[in-house]
Amino acid sequence: MSSITSQGALQGSGATSLRLALSRADARRKWRAFALTMPLLVFLLLTLLIPIAALLQRAVENPEVVAALPRTVQSLKGWNPETAPAPASYAALVEDLGHLSDSADAGALARRLNSEVAGARSLVMGAYRALPVTGSPEEIQAKLLQLDQRWGEQPFWQAIAKNSSRWTADYLLASVDLRRGSQGAVERMPEDQRAFGTILLRTFYISFVVTLFCLVLAYPLAWWLASLPARKANLLMILVLVPFWTSILVRVAAWIVLLQSEGLVNRGLMGIGLIDSPLPLLFNRAGVVIAMVHILLPFMILPLYSVMKNVPATYIRAAVSLGSAPLSAFFRVYVPQTYPGISAGALLVFILSIGYYVTPALLGGADDQMLSYYIARYTNVEVNWGMACALGAVLLTATMILYGVYRRIGKAELSLG
Amino acid sequence: MKKSIITIAMASCLALPALAQQQITVVNFGGANANAQKKAYYEPYEKTGTKIVAVEYNGEQAKIKAMVETKKVTWDVVEVEAPDVQRGCDEGLFEKIDFSKIGPKADFLPAAVKECGVGVFVWSTVMAWNADKVKTAPTSWADFWDVKKIPGKRGMRKGARYNLEFALMADGVKPADVYKVLATKDGADRAFRKLTELKPNIQWWEAGAQPAQFLVAGDVALSTVYNGRIDAANREGRNLKIYWPGGIYDLDYWVIPKGAPNKDASMKFIAFASQPATQAVYAQNIAYGPVNNQALAKLDKKVLDDLPTSPANAKESIQMNVGFWADQGEALEKRFAAWATQ
Repeated sequence: MSSITSQGALQGSGATSLRLALSRADARRKWRAFALTMPLLVFLLLTLLIPIAALLQRAVENPEVVAALPRTVQSLKGWNPETAPAPASYAALVEDLGHLSDSADAGALARRLNSEVAGARSLVMGAYRALPVTGSPEEIQAKLLQLDQRWGEQPFWQAIAKNSSRWTADYLLASVDLRRGSQGAVERMPEDQRAFGTILLRTFYISFVVTLFCLVLAYPLAWWLASLPARKANLLMILVLVPFWTSILVRVAAWIVLLQSEGLVNRGLMGIGLIDSPLPLLFNRAGVVIAMVHILLPFMILPLYSVMKNVPATYIRAAVSLGSAPLSAFFRVYVPQTYPGISAGALLVFILSIGYYVTPALLGGADDQMLSYYIARYTNVEVNWGMACALGAVLLTATMILYGVYRRIGKAELSLG
Repeated sequence: MKKSIITIAMASCLALPALAQQQITVVNFGGANANAQKKAYYEPYEKTGTKIVAVEYNGEQAKIKAMVETKKVTWDVVEVEAPDVQRGCDEGLFEKIDFSKIGPKADFLPAAVKECGVGVFVWSTVMAWNADKVKTAPTSWADFWDVKKIPGKRGMRKGARYNLEFALMADGVKPADVYKVLATKDGADRAFRKLTELKPNIQWWEAGAQPAQFLVAGDVALSTVYNGRIDAANREGRNLKIYWPGGIYDLDYWVIPKGAPNKDASMKFIAFASQPATQAVYAQNIAYGPVNNQALAKLDKKVLDDLPTSPANAKESIQMNVGFWADQGEALEKRFAAWATQ
């Protein structure tokens, strides 16, 4: 008994040093692994994480008004937004505009205010070009009102007062159809400006439909490919991959040729007497879904095929020989084993669809556009990068939430299988 | 020693143009327009010893903004649309133009002379149809809305610009009053209401080449379209017709991004492209109107008849109101997106 205890004590001290040595070796191994993945991590940091951080920052950044109109912002503190601003505010505005070092600052201010209140661009640039405006505050007020009577309207001043902070939630609010009212309370956008909620739902709906069609089309094909001998399967796999390697624009153009009212599909259907007049297959939802399914199909086939290849064919035979009906054997024995392939393929297709831009732009109508179309629009056409970044942030968040939900369900599925 | 350095420096300065041929990057919108520019401007200009690298883009001002903001400007001369000239000029994206280096201002259309831009050509958004397929020619913008009189789909540009103007014209507003009406809340409501009437029959187009293809394929009976695309299709033997009254004309402009590497060479190129002779060659290659009035004298009647600037075609057309769209564009385009979801 005593010998055992002493042995245990001995073992204890030996174990401590061994544990130390082990943990040291472990740490070294971890460091080596870390050093090996370092280039990739740096690459990811530079090309993915930093840009995403910059995007999120742009979505809440609001420097234009504060930088250009510090005195005006100060003079509007404590102003009741429902009343006309004091002459001192007019004087502060003129002084601020006069202190701008570059006309580019006036342009940036005009753009920012114009995205809040349509018309502010010409109002601000008009005042900037009319400088110098001198006199007592009352005279300046009169001169500005004479220049453009819209200077007497509250919305422009409310926009200046509202943007008195360097950071703003306005872009993010606008991207979910909300806004801050003149008193600062959050409210819904007026109906004719309420668009992004529907567009976000539409983006997910189209992506969901595309994923579903891809699965329905890819599953039997992948199953057939997996059951073929390797040589034949490889040959057919090339047929799957050739369109995968073709430029998206080329494929979109090809679909236009095929689907137009005088196109191959409509002529063929009319030729065999199935339809009397051409089906509208282009520049609507149908065209978008058809082309997207075609483009994304390989992303579903490949994961399914790789999983199915590793499911032994003997399992179904065993099930049938144990008395199961072939169809029920397929659904109860085979399909559950392909869940990892289904979930990987569905996730891949869904996430790729969410970001689709070119295909809906060229093949869809005005109510088939997805969120990326509007992100591109705000980036390139309106040059309102704050709005573009906010929409990007909404898309990113929605995708992350969906991915989180999917991971939970996916795990449950895997453990069930 | 010092002297020798100066000599070497001077010699190298003299030698440089001979060694490295000067080159400028000119950015255009591609398509038939780019081909016409190549024939009229790029190829003749290259004979003067400056190489031109032509780049295509889709009008993304974001690209210019990014270049100017990061001070890595690689584009020398860029063709931009009218609403972007003033906006970019206000925001400090473009160099100011010294018109004395371009030519006598009096020779140019007044709209072609801008603080930061020089007009390239006049183009127009018009109504067109395929005379081989549509037997009843439209005689007003109300006919564009009348799917009983002329059955078939209608092609329209995906967006608010132009469509709101056309909707008001179809609703009986005189072309000259369109922007006055559209500037009011009631006017905008009226335009969207009118657009709603036609909504089920609209086939939207995104790229400028699409409407001509729609018409040729018979997908739509009538379409709004850039007039040069109709001309390009007719040169390939199609029988497309244009209804000019109510057309909305506009100019494209040359601009020089702020901090562009070869400003002097760029100005020389713009001056070259603004001469009557080169502008006439351009108009012969695509039916867009010259901005230099002297060029008109060099064109024969057949070419003139297809230009948006010819008196008969311009008579009842309106100029796009750039100031209106710079102010109201973002709000109206968003309203259009909201309208499309309804």
